[in-house]
Amino acid sequence: MPSRRTIELAGIGTAAGLFSGLFGVGGGSVIVPLLILRHGYHEREATGTSLLAIVVIAAAAVAVHGGYGNVHVADGLLVGLPALGGVVLGTTLQQRVPTRVISLLFATLLVASAVDLLAK
Amino acid sequence: MIAAAAIGMLAGVVAGMLGVGGGIIFVPGLVLFVGLTQVDAEATSLLAIVPVALLGAYRQHRYGNVRVRDGLLVGALAVPAAAAGVAIVNALPERAIEIGFAGLQLVIAAQLVRRSLTPDAGGEPASPGRGR
Repeated sequence: MPSRRTIELAGIGTAAGLFSGLFGVGGGSVIVPLLILRHGYHEREATGTSLLAIVVIAAAAVAVHGGYGNVHVADGLLVGLPALGGVVLGTTLQQRVPTRVISLLFATLLVASAVDLLAK
Repeated sequence: MIAAAAIGMLAGVVAGMLGVGGGIIFVPGLVLFVGLTQVDAEATSLLAIVPVALLGAYRQHRYGNVRVRDGLLVGALAVPAAAAGVAIVNALPERAIEIGFAGLQLVIAAQLVRRSLTPDAGGEPASPGRGR
């Protein structure tokens, strides 16, 4: 029998995987809060561990999308390569500054983007 | 093209700071600045996420912030659901996916605001050299 902890991690994975497949995201917005709330992770540890899980999840999801012919490789590189610089900056900043202000700015951006999508 | 690169950079910063893949930024960026459909933007976003999350995880590992076994377990156990999600999204009408994605953005925005307003959340700076 798998341990209770493994079953809980499977639950987190299933929720994150579904989000990833449905919305083209990594699932981190599901993983991070659940690791903090259910497993007593610290904020940084949760975000670091989430990134590792996302590697596996996104790789699986993009492979399946590839089978449907939905993946635009050149466009992926166009946004993905600059993002490599961004993620180095983001992880460095995270060790040094409170994430509160960035979280609020990010939330504002998401609301604007959602309104744009709904009003389309 | 410059706008697409800038939005990619922003997605990376968000990914590194918040421990997400950056898809919530990649997807609208690919729709608005590259002109992809919602489904193609989601698929392409996932491709961009893989190297970003890999580099982010490597950096966080060096800071001592990754529990490798848990991360790999969550990732491996997520694979069937991720495949199911992709199959579902390819069967749904485009507009339904757009509305669902907008809903997700609003939920995440609310989650971020709530976390930011919680005392002792939001992350104080780490002690210097931690985990090196």
